[in-house]
Amino acid sequence: MRKSRINSILLLFLLTILAVMFIYPFIWMVGGTLKPEAEVMEFSPFGSQWSLDSYRSMLGKIPLFRALINSLVVSVISTFSVLVLSSMTGYALGRLHFRGRNLIFNIILFTMVLPFQLTLIPLYVLMVKFGWVDSYAALIFPYTMSAFAILLFRQYFMQVPQDLMDAARLDGLGEFGILFRIFWPLSKPALITVGIIHFMGIWNEALWPMIVVRKVSMMTMPQMVALYVVGGQAEAQVGTQLAAATLMSIPIIVVYLVLQRHFIESMASSGIKG
Amino acid sequence: MNSKSGKIRSGKINAGHTLVTPYYIFFTLFIAYPLIFSFVLVFHRWSIIGPLEWVGLSNFFELGGDPLFWKAILNTLIFILIHVPLQVSVALVLAAILNSKIPAKGAFRAAFFLPVVVSGVAVTILWKQIYSTNLGILNQVLHLIGIGPIPWVTDPSWAMPSIAMMATWKNIGLYVVLFLAGLQGIPKHLYDAADIDGATTVQKFFHITVPAINPVFIVVLILSTLGGFSLFIEPYVITGGGPMNSTLSGVLYIYRQAFSFFRMGYAATIGFALAAIIMTVIIIQRRFLEHEAD
Repeated sequence: MRKSRINSILLLFLLTILAVMFIYPFIWMVGGTLKPEAEVMEFSPFGSQWSLDSYRSMLGKIPLFRALINSLVVSVISTFSVLVLSSMTGYALGRLHFRGRNLIFNIILFTMVLPFQLTLIPLYVLMVKFGWVDSYAALIFPYTMSAFAILLFRQYFMQVPQDLMDAARLDGLGEFGILFRIFWPLSKPALITVGIIHFMGIWNEALWPMIVVRKVSMMTMPQMVALYVVGGQAEAQVGTQLAAATLMSIPIIVVYLVLQRHFIESMASSGIKG
Repeated sequence: MNSKSGKIRSGKINAGHTLVTPYYIFFTLFIAYPLIFSFVLVFHRWSIIGPLEWVGLSNFFELGGDPLFWKAILNTLIFILIHVPLQVSVALVLAAILNSKIPAKGAFRAAFFLPVVVSGVAVTILWKQIYSTNLGILNQVLHLIGIGPIPWVTDPSWAMPSIAMMATWKNIGLYVVLFLAGLQGIPKHLYDAADIDGATTVQKFFHITVPAINPVFIVVLILSTLGGFSLFIEPYVITGGGPMNSTLSGVLYIYRQAFSFFRMGYAATIGFALAAIIMTVIIIQRRFLEHEAD
């Protein structure tokens, strides 16, 4: 009894040290943005005085507010589209009989293992041909559906009792009505999982915007901030770089703190099924 | 009755295709076309303006003798060799601890998971400063115990391992959660039965825990490997691929060839080769691990 008690105190101590290693860098980052530039690299998160100079200087150089709007537009439209369009395909694959259903299912399985490196450049060429470079279209359309979402919805919808569908049909509901008025309300966990994973992915995506966007006014936050830090605009002012990183992180951290349990459960279930 | 059910069935045929129509369009434009066009691009030289110029297999010959391509592959292997074992072992230990009777489990889990949700750009900007050789807080801490200063990202032999450690820090929360889900799926009576048989903790770990989490292990291994081959923004922000190309990654090299040198055909060829390597590695991993599991 005593031995196990000592063990658990030791474990708790170890866990606490590790947790500090995961949390402290963020505290240091936010602290660094509020210190005078000369003190940013000191270990303590508190400076000799409070200063918002880093934020002022950074916001004077890049239109980060514009990038926030772009990020929101792209992430919200894309996530909404993935929920609607992928659930339509998932519903058809899981609950309807039609010619070619198995073929489509197998194609979707195949696309899940297709490395993105293969289609990256050809997809960029397509955006150029469509005249979509520097537009929301290029940032959103390739992210309007997801194979992972289709497969998750299909699996989830297959568990809905057939009686419910039959009853809805007798009430005169069409397939769209059954999907959005019967299946959607019954599938909140799947909708939340897909919504969170997709939103997080596209909100944080940096590579694709860097390929299809050149105009500053069309950049999303990760791209604008990355170019600010790498492109020399930041002029080696560490405080302003951390300020940009902080402002970019706040929205997703707030969402995470509010929906924390859902975030963790979503990711756990995605890994098992993927 | 018969005619009625027949009617419903024929109705379903149309409805099925109607509902899948968005996917038909999506697949044609954003998957099938790029896939087919990648097979065209690899045989051409093209700067995106002007016509495609047929060059046969010369892109592949160039790739075979391109020291930077092989450097990128080597860098990816270094990343994976450090990242995967570190990730798996630490995540497994953390998951095992969190699966025991410990107070404030939820808070610890949430702490380890925090870096997972934050953008790679933000994390990399942060770690670029933490890793600073002369001023970084990591070397400040190590100095207290008499180590360093370590040239984390300024020395060619340290830079890629440093990025691998940073990536582990960023992703480990996800793997802790995956392992934890696997561990919680093990029925408790298995351990009770083992206790009755007098099994030791170590025996229980290798005979009950390890086999049960093997599927999770495969997922973790594959996701980590894919992560290694997808590295882009981390080296882009932290080192720009340097020093001496020691952090040049495959995707960063594609980006460079396409958008610094406007060599679309060659960039597509690099992507093609990377995809072939990725699929081979993953098939081997799956085969090997599923065989082991039997």
